[in-house]
Amino acid sequence: MRRKSVSYAKYGYIFCIPFVLAFLIFSLYPTIYTAVIGFTDFKGLGRTEFNFLENPFQNFVTILKNPSFQQSLINTGIIWIINFIPQILLALLLTAWFTNNRRKLKGQGAFKVLFYMPNIITAATIAILFQSLFGYPMGPVNDLFARLGLSDGSINFLIQRWTARGVVAFIQFWMWYGYTMIVLISGVLGMNPELFEASEIDGATGAQTFFFVTLPNLRTILVYTLITSLIGGLQMFDIPRLFLNGGPDSATLTTSVFIYNQAFSGSYLYNRASAASLMMFAIISVLSAIVFYVMRDRDAARIYKMNRKLEKEYKKAEKATRGAVR
Amino acid sequence: MKTGSNLPYKILNVVKYVVCIFLVVLSIIPFWIMIMNATRSTFEIQQHAISLFPSKFFFSNLEVLSGKGFNPFRGFINSAIISTGATACAVYFSSLTAYALVAYDWRLRQPFFTFILAVMMIPAQVTSIGFYQFMYSIHMTNSFLPLILPAIASPAMVFFMRQYLLASLSIDIVNSGRIDGAGEFNIFNKIIIPIMKPAIATQAIFAFVGSWNNLFMPMILLIDKDKYTMPIMVSLLKGDIYKTEFGSVYLGLTLTVLPLFVVYFLLSKYIIAGVALGGVKE
Repeated sequence: MRRKSVSYAKYGYIFCIPFVLAFLIFSLYPTIYTAVIGFTDFKGLGRTEFNFLENPFQNFVTILKNPSFQQSLINTGIIWIINFIPQILLALLLTAWFTNNRRKLKGQGAFKVLFYMPNIITAATIAILFQSLFGYPMGPVNDLFARLGLSDGSINFLIQRWTARGVVAFIQFWMWYGYTMIVLISGVLGMNPELFEASEIDGATGAQTFFFVTLPNLRTILVYTLITSLIGGLQMFDIPRLFLNGGPDSATLTTSVFIYNQAFSGSYLYNRASAASLMMFAIISVLSAIVFYVMRDRDAARIYKMNRKLEKEYKKAEKATRGAVR
Repeated sequence: MKTGSNLPYKILNVVKYVVCIFLVVLSIIPFWIMIMNATRSTFEIQQHAISLFPSKFFFSNLEVLSGKGFNPFRGFINSAIISTGATACAVYFSSLTAYALVAYDWRLRQPFFTFILAVMMIPAQVTSIGFYQFMYSIHMTNSFLPLILPAIASPAMVFFMRQYLLASLSIDIVNSGRIDGAGEFNIFNKIIIPIMKPAIATQAIFAFVGSWNNLFMPMILLIDKDKYTMPIMVSLLKGDIYKTEFGSVYLGLTLTVLPLFVVYFLLSKYIIAGVALGGVKE
């Protein structure tokens, strides 16, 4: 007797309804709305009506020609680079040290906890804390310099463009290297231990193992770290906004701060801010497509490998059965 | 096998510890200065801005702070309401969606999962103008709901929960529930949620901290001073009225991060493990 089994498939749809609804309302609709506003003359606090522009790309042209916007893109790039390069190098160095099996570093757990700590603290608090630390004429950093005899008289660090950028980049570095390190370590721990055993048998030194075994195998995770960090960097808001509000002389004005200032201060240029948001959205979409591709590629490779293994086993089994039949 | 003399290795080992301890100091010292200065008077701070030991002006700083209308307790409560609500929404509905993706065989399952992967990285910030205008037109600015409800759709968390369920869910448990006559929704609540507890715990920590630290959205949406969250409260400390009240500013900062320190050091083991898990995204 054949009995039709109950189909539960409809519950798959039902259980996804809250997610889909929330996504449509709070994510997709605002995205479309933002896009539409980008093509209109919508500005001014409290207004709700708007008209489409005669030249639909007027806002985009205006924004691209806006020197502040250009400056903000450059700043975002500069701050990201001077934060990310030391960050990834330090994280790699620490990863090499922490995953060296032959010479285990003691106290790794405590080091990880303390390196990661700044990441969990409110960025707003950290911004204002650093502003106080670099206070002029008498902040803790000036005090330190005076005590160590490094400077005569107080230095007003935060009115110099490059020092200000440097401090913002340092804060980012300081908040994120612990995170990057933990991600990389977990990547190394996830690798096939046979690789390390083999290199040990071959007599490779710790450094050789790291450069020729660990690093090439970390490639995917490194790309992932790089791009997610870039996406995070493009959204950098709390620190530049509260630390110096984009100053001095727009040296720490990032794209997010620029968008915020366009839309929620001054003359409330929602349309231009939307146009700038859309450009950022496009950049981030491309970047996340790359992450998507890299990570997918890896899954696909794994599935391919598994299929081949199964095929082999199947063929073996087939041979065996054929042999038995004969 | 030990190769050659051990001296270079010993030196290298010392270097490693020196670097690590330096980084530890770097992590701690800004917060240490902050906490110590929270107990010192403006005059003391102007004399020497760094002190490794506390002074006795904690209460006078507190008085100045509350005299200027800085109310960290209000901010604390508001942040707690928003973060708890958002975290609860995020973990519950992400688990539900992940369960739908793992336990049931439906036609759009794979496309839906691909879609979740695709939107995982898109930040809320780039669509903030549309979001704000939408909330403004339905009179939801100055409300906590627009800060809580969007958490129902958290693609990255769905992804993580799915990976966890794939590894830990056996369909036999679900079937035994069905034989006992439980409905699908009840099976999820009574059987699946308990299975997912470890994943829920880690994800809840990150969702909570993320929501607690968020500045951008609350700053756009909340106008009323009584509704300010902790990070907005912090941004008030930048104002001119605190220009000469160094001790009070440090105290205000300290009060805003104290809860985070407590949570972090209680849960650090799980947090570090969670970062390691989430980072690899396997």
